[in-house]
Amino acid sequence: MGNDHNGQAQSGSRSRRLGMQLFLVYVLLYAGFMGVVLFRPDALSWRPFGGVNLAIAYGMGLIAAAFILAMIYMAACRSDTADR
Amino acid sequence: MIYESSPVAIAIFASFVVGVVGLSFWLGRKGQSAKGYYAAHGEIHWFVNGIAFAGDYLSAASFLGICGMIAFYGYDGFLYSIGFLAGWIVALFVIAEPIKALGKFTFADALDARFNSRGIKLAVAISTLIVSVFYLIPQMVGAGHLIVPLLGLPHAVGVILVGVAVTLIVVTAGMVSTTWVQFIKGSLLVFFCGVLTVMILGRGLEVNAGRPGAEDLSPQVRTVTPAGTVLINGQPQTAENDLRSVGTIHSLPDRYGAARETGPLRPLAYLSTLEDSKIITWSAKKHQDEQGSHTTYTPTIREGKDLLKPGGYFKGLSSGTLTDRLNFASLMLALFCGTASLPHILIRYYTVKDAAAARKSTVVGIAAIGGFYVLTLYLGLGAMTSGYLDPTSSNMAAPLLAKSFSETLFAVISAIAFTTVLGTVSGLIMAGSGAVAHDLIENCCGVTMTDHEKVRAGKIAAVGLGIAAMALGILFRNFNVSFLVGWAFHIAASANLPALVMLLFWPRTTKQGITAAVTVGMLSSLGWILLSADTFEKVYGLSRDASPIPFSQPGLVTIPLGFVVLVVVSLLTPRPTPQQVAT
Repeated sequence: MGNDHNGQAQSGSRSRRLGMQLFLVYVLLYAGFMGVVLFRPDALSWRPFGGVNLAIAYGMGLIAAAFILAMIYMAACRSDTADR
Repeated sequence: MIYESSPVAIAIFASFVVGVVGLSFWLGRKGQSAKGYYAAHGEIHWFVNGIAFAGDYLSAASFLGICGMIAFYGYDGFLYSIGFLAGWIVALFVIAEPIKALGKFTFADALDARFNSRGIKLAVAISTLIVSVFYLIPQMVGAGHLIVPLLGLPHAVGVILVGVAVTLIVVTAGMVSTTWVQFIKGSLLVFFCGVLTVMILGRGLEVNAGRPGAEDLSPQVRTVTPAGTVLINGQPQTAENDLRSVGTIHSLPDRYGAARETGPLRPLAYLSTLEDSKIITWSAKKHQDEQGSHTTYTPTIREGKDLLKPGGYFKGLSSGTLTDRLNFASLMLALFCGTASLPHILIRYYTVKDAAAARKSTVVGIAAIGGFYVLTLYLGLGAMTSGYLDPTSSNMAAPLLAKSFSETLFAVISAIAFTTVLGTVSGLIMAGSGAVAHDLIENCCGVTMTDHEKVRAGKIAAVGLGIAAMALGILFRNFNVSFLVGWAFHIAASANLPALVMLLFWPRTTKQGITAAVTVGMLSSLGWILLSADTFEKVYGLSRDASPIPFSQPGLVTIPLGFVVLVVVSLLTPRPTPQQVAT
């Protein structure tokens, strides 16, 4: 019983730790975007992706990244629940 | 511009209102417990809750405001989309599961879970009310602004109509009916915006699209005389002598040769083609003399590549001055931190059964809201080049874009615009009624109530807030509405986020620290806003230079201030007991 409880706590804290790591990844991405907008706005005119400029690509990327990170977190929590 | 009222729009809106109010009465036919009224018994399915998050969050500011801003200023409106969505990452990874585990009915329950402190309850209840009212006013004002052109009714009638419908929705079945209204609204909004985007891509880009005259480059002047008469280019405004619709493509990229339209475009090709095109945009300039107030609308032919990068609305990004940059950074910080601090969003975590459901519903919310914000870029750019823009009203960009396709779609999108107001206002009134009845009357003032009395107190508070919302919507009729939404995010982020985050992650946090952080965060952000240059100019009608505040958006200063105050006060007060820390 005690081992079960420890296992649950460990897997729960594993998810929380992953959640915080994913949060930090997003904060870095968001801060990077803000940094470019504030200090290198001309770089946003660069068109690296299919003719679409960096401003749109980065903005769309931030929205997509939010969803991707959320799905990674969901998958990790599901596997934690299965472990338990 | 003069609008003809649309009978189809009226019919669709009326049937929606009758439908949701009928649904609310049906859901409320059984007797209710306090848990049912405030938290829908915690039995809402996570998927429904996730879409309801979208219905709660995607307010008129998101739908009409962002589309309009993109249509008039280009990329800068999309910066709001990015900031509004990013805030959900804080909600998912930091807030969702703990707040579900700590709370019961309201945000104050969660912050006070360890301490049972009247100070915390009072400070958080007041902060909830202030944030809710700041968020409520623009929704109600927006409802009034929409109803004038779309249904041909006076502004006050629109405000009262929405106020009565929302109050009925909330008092009939509380959080249950609020959730279902938000679910329906969220689904309709995302679905029809998707439909509209597919139609935009299917139509592609066209030179001088839209109504006749949209390509005309002569300036237009609208005058309001001291007697209130409206003149267009010096003649009385009539259906025949009205402002022209504007916003169209001036020329396509060279690769299209003499062709005047592109035909259907894929999503990325739409953006890159627009970037290589030239677009006619319009700006307004006001001046006043003894003959009245004159607004001159002037066209400019602009490169698409300039419209698809920041700086069109946030002029400071191109001017490069420090205060302008700080202003922008502060706004984006408030958007990032504010979402997870909005009381009407936080109470939605109590409507699902456990922390896992809270997490899953947040992910569904992120998918729906993120998808919607991607669509806003296409909607805004589609409106910008539709030839149907009203130069006097950016808020009408999305409905008029729909009108460029068909009257029926215009009616549907207009009705959905109203539902955005219904969904968001019902959530705000729910949060406010919980703050008054549960936090202030029951927990703070110590009034003992039976379960039935708790529900009745909540309903009375909801009616009171509904009446207040209607009065404020009429009173603030001429107020800049997007201004107030921004304020709500700053106050929420400054007052609530430091306390919530530190409670979760710093065991040394004390009740005095939380009370002080909420109070200081709330008062400092509110005070900063009231003394800012923007408020001096746009609210008080004074010179910007008279403001003692260096930049207008407070979050960059007041959010960290909340953290500092919490840490200092907590260190100066007795440690929480081990039992409190273990809670």
